[in-house]
Amino acid sequence: MTCEEAEMLLHALIDGELDAGHTRDVENHVAGCPRCAAALRDYREMSRMVAQSGVRYTAPAALRQRIEAALPQPKAAPNRRAVLRGFAMGSAVSALAATGLVAIVLRHDDMERIQSEVVSAHLRSLQAGHLTDVVSTDQHTVKPWFNGKLDVAPPVVDLTAQGFTLIGGRLDYVDARPIGAIVYKRRSHVINLFVAQTASTERQTARTESLQGFNIRRWSERGLNYWAVSDIAKDELAEFVEKFEAAMRAGSAG
Amino acid sequence: MPIKASDDDPEKARRFREAALPYLDDAYTLARYLLRNADDAEDAVQECYLRAFRHFDSYRGPAMKPWLFAILRNVCRAEYARRATAPTSAIEDVPESAEQTPLWHEAQETPEAQMLRRWDSDTIRRLVAALAEPFRETFVLRELQNLSYREIADVAAVPVGTVMSRLARARAMLRSAWLAEEEQRK
Repeated sequence: MTCEEAEMLLHALIDGELDAGHTRDVENHVAGCPRCAAALRDYREMSRMVAQSGVRYTAPAALRQRIEAALPQPKAAPNRRAVLRGFAMGSAVSALAATGLVAIVLRHDDMERIQSEVVSAHLRSLQAGHLTDVVSTDQHTVKPWFNGKLDVAPPVVDLTAQGFTLIGGRLDYVDARPIGAIVYKRRSHVINLFVAQTASTERQTARTESLQGFNIRRWSERGLNYWAVSDIAKDELAEFVEKFEAAMRAGSAG
Repeated sequence: MPIKASDDDPEKARRFREAALPYLDDAYTLARYLLRNADDAEDAVQECYLRAFRHFDSYRGPAMKPWLFAILRNVCRAEYARRATAPTSAIEDVPESAEQTPLWHEAQETPEAQMLRRWDSDTIRRLVAALAEPFRETFVLRELQNLSYREIADVAAVPVGTVMSRLARARAMLRSAWLAEEEQRK
């Protein structure tokens, strides 16, 4: 591989967009080329610096309000009594509507309970000696460790280059079922990524909630439910999830 | 723009709020870097969200953020066009030739180059803002918004190869600026 080729592919390497074959080629070239090695090091450092520098902007509150005001306003949320009244009215239409609402209400309660269990599991993990069952920064050690312990092995990706260090994995229990937890560190902060199988293959985009001072980012993809839990800031947690998803996409493409 | 019956639908509005409003800061950040002006960025983001809401019925995924960005980029393009035809507006855009000429003189690279000095956020913002538009856009979508190459290509309506070469150029220019500062400090 020439320096010109490497020059372009260095960036794809940094961004996790390179397949295994090209990754090997670039790494071989860099190992024997001080000039490209310096470039790679600088670009990595630059990416890290930009990511951590706080050069993003926050939308002014007035902008948010203007957009909110321009959208149709939501109806008052139905409470359970209103839902039951729907049944009592006996109309087929309202009963049907009410059934739908009950399903939503129950699902929501369920989600909240699981959410709080996930946070409890995160808290437990922070106690001395509870964080990891398998300690390794190598994804090829952590992933096979889960085999046979769970119905489905959770995806394990190394995000060290993206600023989130893989430190191991753990078997945990949420919703009375065993669940895989992949453990990452950001500076001194722990991120637990819980992964559980779900019957639904519907993709759900990530959303952030806060509970007991922890941020939880939850999403679903390809039949798996994910919860990333940590005390790092919301935008950093969102960044973690984005890097994870990008690495997953790169992995399945390559 | 004709108002469709569904535009009054509170359920649609609720789904839209949930799906799109979490990306408001991201959209505002992109608009700030594309337009380099706080007031214009606010207007562009508001217009983007209203357009996105109108087209929300046709949104089929997969990812909300690049979908919003593609709309936002079109709004910003319209703003460029307006600036170009408004004789009194201060056009701070870099001339076309900036694509060919480096913004900074290329610093002599030394293999044993010292660790790069940390830049503060003001310096980074200034240097990114000084990049010519296609490079700035690609750099911001990658480094600040964490979009994949495929997503950037979709937002900017260019092939992935173009994304790669623009990103390489943008990073090389920033690195040159960086190393040039190091030289000056010696």
